[in-house]
Amino acid sequence: MSVFFLFAFIAVLAVAGYVVCRRRALASADGNIRCMHSLPSHYGWHGAIMAAVPALFGLAIWLLAQPLVIERQLQNYFPPEQVENPSAMTLLMGDVRRVAAGIDVAVARGALSETEASELNTASTDVRQALAAVGVALGAQVTPQVLAAAQDYRASATFGAIGRSILVIVLALAGFAYAVRITDRDFRARNRVERVSLALLALASVIAILTTIGIVLSLLSESARFFTFYPVGDFFFGLTWSPNFRGNSELGLLPLLWGTLYISLVAMIVAVPLGIFAAIYLAEYASPTARSILKPMIEIIAGIPTVVFGLFALVTVGPFLRDYFAQPLGLGNSGSSVMTAGIVIGILNIPFISSLSDDIINAVPQSMRDGSLGLGATKSETIKQVVLPAALPGIVGAVLMAASRAIGETMIVTMGAGAAARMDLNPFEAMTTITVKIVSQLTGDTEFNSPETLVAFALGLTLFVFTLVLNIVALLIVRRYREQYE
Amino acid sequence: MTDATAADLPASGGRPNKSILVEDALTRRRNRSEKRFMLYGLGAITISLLVLFIMLFTIFRDGTSAFFQASLSFPVTLDAEQLDEDGNRDPAEMASVTTIGYGNLLRASLVDYLAAEGISTDEIEEGNVGSLISRDGPAQLRDRVLADPDLIGQTVDVKIFATSRLDGYLKGRVTMETALLDSNVSPEQLQLADRLSEAGILTTAFNLQFLTAADASDQRPEAAGLGVAIIGSAYMMLLVLIMALPIGVAASIYLEEFAPKNWITDVIEVNISNLAAVPSIVYGILGLALFINFAGLPQSSTLVGALVLTLMTLPTIIIATRASLRAVPPSIRDAALGVGASKMQTVFHHVLPLAMPGILTGTILGLATALGETAPLLLIGMVAFVGDYPASPLDGGFLDPATALPVQVYAWASRSDPAFIERSSGAIIVLLGFLLVMNAVAIVLRRRFERRW
Repeated sequence: MSVFFLFAFIAVLAVAGYVVCRRRALASADGNIRCMHSLPSHYGWHGAIMAAVPALFGLAIWLLAQPLVIERQLQNYFPPEQVENPSAMTLLMGDVRRVAAGIDVAVARGALSETEASELNTASTDVRQALAAVGVALGAQVTPQVLAAAQDYRASATFGAIGRSILVIVLALAGFAYAVRITDRDFRARNRVERVSLALLALASVIAILTTIGIVLSLLSESARFFTFYPVGDFFFGLTWSPNFRGNSELGLLPLLWGTLYISLVAMIVAVPLGIFAAIYLAEYASPTARSILKPMIEIIAGIPTVVFGLFALVTVGPFLRDYFAQPLGLGNSGSSVMTAGIVIGILNIPFISSLSDDIINAVPQSMRDGSLGLGATKSETIKQVVLPAALPGIVGAVLMAASRAIGETMIVTMGAGAAARMDLNPFEAMTTITVKIVSQLTGDTEFNSPETLVAFALGLTLFVFTLVLNIVALLIVRRYREQYE
Repeated sequence: MTDATAADLPASGGRPNKSILVEDALTRRRNRSEKRFMLYGLGAITISLLVLFIMLFTIFRDGTSAFFQASLSFPVTLDAEQLDEDGNRDPAEMASVTTIGYGNLLRASLVDYLAAEGISTDEIEEGNVGSLISRDGPAQLRDRVLADPDLIGQTVDVKIFATSRLDGYLKGRVTMETALLDSNVSPEQLQLADRLSEAGILTTAFNLQFLTAADASDQRPEAAGLGVAIIGSAYMMLLVLIMALPIGVAASIYLEEFAPKNWITDVIEVNISNLAAVPSIVYGILGLALFINFAGLPQSSTLVGALVLTLMTLPTIIIATRASLRAVPPSIRDAALGVGASKMQTVFHHVLPLAMPGILTGTILGLATALGETAPLLLIGMVAFVGDYPASPLDGGFLDPATALPVQVYAWASRSDPAFIERSSGAIIVLLGFLLVMNAVAIVLRRRFERRW
């Protein structure tokens, strides 16, 4: 039974649970709501929850566990002494799954009958050709072990599907029966419904934690695999980046880090003054009407997808800088450069700095301004001497957040900064960043057992740690500062 | 007493006697610096907005022409000899004639037609006349004939895309000078194009295929369209909405209304603010490792894309929802609790409906960000070339490979043919159109339900 059908079954049973339990509760109180502990709908919801929630949990756990169990069982086909390392195992498992899926397709198209499929063997048939005939392309010749494992996989999957259906149906029916049996007018349905709802709400907020754990675990485990191939010291302190998919790659982080920081520096040189001055104007000088028009217009910049800025960098800014600055100054003739990417990221970051700073400047109490103005200071002197120092921690927080965005920005650097990993001071040279290399190492046909691919995870980990530290510092500064005036 | 001291002050304090009505040098300097400071602010805003306008201007300048396309219209005689040798109209046999056969037919028909119309093609070789026709043309004609075999033997009028170079010439992108350097088009062909447009054979019209067709290969920019990308983006938005809205709202309700204030909820809270600031590409890595490598979901599928985007948008939705829950005054809660509602009923019957407009606004803005997100989708393979539409959701279309609007923009921008840059800008116009609609809906919602307590 397909998963979709199981969902439909659970949904139907839940609706039935609602109707039946509500009726039953009302009947047990002879239709007099005042004799019942809870509202009729609570009994109904109790029925629906009992029919649906345990079954859904059972289904979820089964779906998560089945691949793991089957994989463990299939490992018997490949004795450890024949398989060099864990990643070769992963590849073999991928082959097994692909062959199994191919046989499934062949059976579904009628090219093989079910018995033929289970009696396939590599001696009598060319499995690769047979599957190619139904449009399933396999990379390599199928070994007897893989075919046997694939057949076992299919059998286990079929068995698993039956087991899953039985489990889910039994859970749903049991829950339904339990709810119907327990429902009468004295049953405290509301308490239980509310307790379950609360648990579900709490579960939803745990997803945020799970996401973080997922990010950290996936980055750590794949990076750990990378470091079994490649020495840690060479990665963090290597001065050359030259990946080579035939092996012998030099994967040094420093050139990428240099490019990232250089581009971010240019971006911050553009974004910080523009953002802060824009915020000062909006908060202190602009009339309410001007503010209500200008502020949303600046925030439009933040709402435009980064790929649009990327195209702008590629098509407009890059050639402009090359023709009017780089070539006349003799600094190179590359359209993609640190300047191109940096300036465009800077523009993108203006609204983040200006909006945050604007809020923070507005939070400075008016009495402080009044005091300064009353002593005879001009408005600009008040801003420079009183408002900005008071708002400084918040502004620093905003700048740090913008810096973290600049470091993590991907599309603009991919399209505007170039792909050459070099450590140069010339801002009109093409350089590359961590994010660009993550994209280029992971796009295209990738097998996950080479250091050239896995390095992307180590790069991702570096990026994550970098931005996380910046964000936490920024968050702490902003939080602490905000409390002062509340 | 005070008057006396005040009067004495200038003399005893040693400060120069001066009037507030006359500006002295210091005051002038201070006023100038005041003015300058204000102008800095104004300048910062002007520069930011100027760049924004330049960007939008260049995009629209380059992109609007993508919606128009030059095509050639001429009659084609569908020669039975060539298309159906045995004359039995069996579709299986007719399918053995490849697009090359149809291409020859189209080319010959165009040359004959030009000769009949008296348009001179003397200075161009016959083969180069045919190369004005898009490589997409033969395939279209073949599909049309296979769908309706009765056409064979008749003379039908076809309207077929011209090549992107010819199209570019009509739009001013290709000129005689660039044609000299270009191996794909010659100045003679462009002169012929002039004569063709005069004769009304070569015309430019609105190109609906740009919005409906699938992407096309490197060789045929004129045939590339956004259809698969629009459907892919729509699928993802639908899935993100289904997954992110309930989870986000549930999490916010718990954190805002029920959670005890202890270190665990504090960790969750800091964690959510941090997740909102994690670089989007890290979510791409997460999706690759978790959903593709571990869970084995198919690459390039909208389901994986939507899962990644959901995880990305959740923090935004949670932050927006918590803000709008907090904006509901405590008196509402107290009143509901006072008449005997449980905490859960208070939240679901009173607080949540009042916070709904704010929640929806935040969700729409979160979806808009997700719609424009590119980097994580690159990692899960959505940049791959997809020639077929995904199936409908009921047929498992969420697992079919698809692409998304911003990814299509990126894919086209990284191809070498300048015609794809035009397409890329055109795709951005479509993307910005969707974003504009979503933001407008959010603003209307906010205005319509805005409430002051």
